[in-house]
Amino acid sequence: MAKYSKAMLAGLYKTLYTIRVFENSCIKLYRQGLIRGYFHPYLGQEAIATGVCAALEKDDYITSTHRGHGHCIAWGGDLKKMVAELLGKETGYCSGRGGSMHIADITAGNLGANGIVGGGIPLGLGAALGASIRGERRVAVTFASDGASNNGVFAESLNMAGAWNLPYILVIENNQYAVSTPIEEVTRVSDLYKRGPGYGVESVCVDGNDVLEVYQQAKEAVTLCRRGKGPVLLEAKTYRHMGHHVNDPGAYMPEETLAYYKSKDPVKIGRKYLLEMGKATEEEARDIEKAVEHEMEEAIEFAVTSPEPSLEEFLKEV
Amino acid sequence: MSTTQETAQARTRTIMYREALNEALREEMRRDPKVFLMGEGVAQRGGSYKVTTGLLDEFGPKRVMDTPISEASFVGAGVGAAITGMRPVVEILFVDFAMLALDQIANQAAKFKFITGGKGKVPLVLRTQGGVGSGLAAQHSQSLEALFYHIPGLKLIMPSTPYDAKGLLKSAIREDDPVIFIEHKLLYMTTGEVPEEEYSIELGKADIKRRGTDVTIIAWSHMVLRALAAAEKLAEEGIEAEVFDPRSLVPLDKEMIIDSVKKTENVVIVQEAVRRGGIASDIASIIQAEAFDYLDGPIEILAGKNTPIPFNLNLEKACVPQEEDIIEAVRRMVSGT
Repeated sequence: MAKYSKAMLAGLYKTLYTIRVFENSCIKLYRQGLIRGYFHPYLGQEAIATGVCAALEKDDYITSTHRGHGHCIAWGGDLKKMVAELLGKETGYCSGRGGSMHIADITAGNLGANGIVGGGIPLGLGAALGASIRGERRVAVTFASDGASNNGVFAESLNMAGAWNLPYILVIENNQYAVSTPIEEVTRVSDLYKRGPGYGVESVCVDGNDVLEVYQQAKEAVTLCRRGKGPVLLEAKTYRHMGHHVNDPGAYMPEETLAYYKSKDPVKIGRKYLLEMGKATEEEARDIEKAVEHEMEEAIEFAVTSPEPSLEEFLKEV
Repeated sequence: MSTTQETAQARTRTIMYREALNEALREEMRRDPKVFLMGEGVAQRGGSYKVTTGLLDEFGPKRVMDTPISEASFVGAGVGAAITGMRPVVEILFVDFAMLALDQIANQAAKFKFITGGKGKVPLVLRTQGGVGSGLAAQHSQSLEALFYHIPGLKLIMPSTPYDAKGLLKSAIREDDPVIFIEHKLLYMTTGEVPEEEYSIELGKADIKRRGTDVTIIAWSHMVLRALAAAEKLAEEGIEAEVFDPRSLVPLDKEMIIDSVKKTENVVIVQEAVRRGGIASDIASIIQAEAFDYLDGPIEILAGKNTPIPFNLNLEKACVPQEEDIIEAVRRMVSGT
C-alpha cells in the first residue's frame, strides 16, 4: 500500500471519528425523543464515505442514500446544520422540510440523501451527464447499496453511463442486507461488482472497512473518469453495526458475523493508520477526538436552541 | 386563433402543432446552451411525431440525445442534470410510458425543491403525449393528467393549438419547477396561426377560445377542438357557448374560470380522461365552492368512461366524449330539461 502523509491520515481519521460521534450522539437524541421519524445510522460503514469523498474535489457531485449522514459529513457538511435538520429546525440544511432521509447541501454539490432505495442513481447519472455536456472535468458519485443494486435503475443507469462514457462512479456499499433480507438470498452472484463488465464498465471491489483501500480505489476511479474513461462501478464490502434503523434490533444479523466486522471496525483501523503509518502520538489522536466531541456538543446546542420553522411560510416552496 | 391572445400580432404564419413545438425547442436551444433534449428516437429519427426534426443537425449529439428504453433512468438523469444547472427537455414517447418513471417524477422531481427547503430547483420539462388516436389500444391511448395534477410540486400544461403549444413550451423551458407538458397525438397535424415575432405565454393563464354568453364549456387539449366544433353547431340554434381552455392545469387560472361562470351561469366540463378521480371533478368543486350562487343548475361533466381504452374503433369512440355529447349536454342545460 502507498504511503500517506500524517496530515492526510489525520484528516481521514477526523472524518471517520466525526461520523461515529455524530451517529452515536444523534441516536441518544433520538432516544430522548428530540429526533423523530426514521434514522438509519451509518455506523460500521464510515470508511466508505470517508475514503471516497477524500478522493473527490470540491466541485464534484455526490448523491447519497437514506443512510446518508456519513456522506454529508465526509463531504464537509456543517454539523450544526445537520443536527438542526435532524431536529426539524429552520436552521437545518433543508429548513426542517427534509430531515434525515433528505439531508442535502445543494450549493456544495451534495445532491442529497434519498428516501427511495436506488432513487439517487439516475440523479447522479444526470449530474455526470450535465458535466459532460458542459465539457467540465467534474465527476459525479452515487452512493447506493446492495439493496439498490436489485432495482431497475441500477442496470439502466450503469448501462447508460457506459454507453455515454460518463464521468460517473457508482459506489455500492454492500452491507449485505436490504433492510433485513440477506443479499445472497435475492441474487445468485452476491459479488455485485461482477455485474459491471457485462456493461463494459470498469469494476472493482474493495474492503469497505479499510479507509485507505477505499481511498486508493476511489482515486483511481476518479482519475479514469477525468480522463474520459468512466464510468466505474466500485463495490465496497461492509457490514452495519446495528439493524436497519435505530428501532430495528437487527436480530437477523448473526452474532459471530457482527463480532467479526466489529473487530474490523473502520474507525479503529483509521486510528491505527494514523498512529502507525502517520507516526502520530496517542495524544495527537486524542486531540482530534476531543476537538470532534467539542464540535458535536456545539452542534447539538445550536440545534436544540434553534427556532421551529414558521407555520405561515412553509408552503412557499411548493 | 385565440380571442384573448396576449398581443395583437400584425404578421402571422400558419403552421402545424408539431412545427410550433419544434420552433419552441429550436429557439430556446439557440437562446440558452443549458437546454438539451433526450428521449427515445428524438435525435436520428427526429421524434416519432416529428417534433424534434432537424434539431440533431443544428445542435449536435451532445444536446440532442437518443436514449435507451430506460424511462426511469433517463427521466431521473434529466432531474439530476436539472438540479446541477442544465435545462433538460426530456421526451417520454407516450404518457403511458411515464408510469415506468413515476418514482423519478413523483418522488424525486416533484419533491426536490420542497425537501431542500427551497434551496434546490428543478428546471426540467417532461414532454409527452396522450389520448386516443386511432386504435392504439389500452397502453398507448391514456389520458393520465390527473396523476400529475395530484402531485404537489409539478406544473402541468396541456396546449390545444399551435400558438399555445409554442408559447407555453418556451415558458416551460424557462421555468424553474418541473413541468409536465402533455401534447395530444391527434393535435400534431392540426394547424393554426403563430406570430412571426418571438413570443411566450405565461404559465397559469387560461384562454377563451370562443366567446359566448349562455354556457361555459371548459375543455383542454384535444377536447377544445371538439368543444369548438360543438359550439359552432349550437350557435346555429341560437346558443352561444363560451369555450374555455385552461391550457395550464397547474397552476390553474381559477379567477378566469370564475369570471366566465359568473357571466354564463352554466358550466359543462369536458375531459377525455376517465371520469373517476379526474381534473374535471376538481374544477367542478372549485366552481361550487367559489361561485355556487351564480350557477343556474348543476355542473355537467362529460368524461371518458372508467375503462381501459379498447382497440376496436367503435368501442374506442364510445369511451371518450364526442362532439354530439357536448351538443346534447349544452342543449339539456340551456333548455333546463
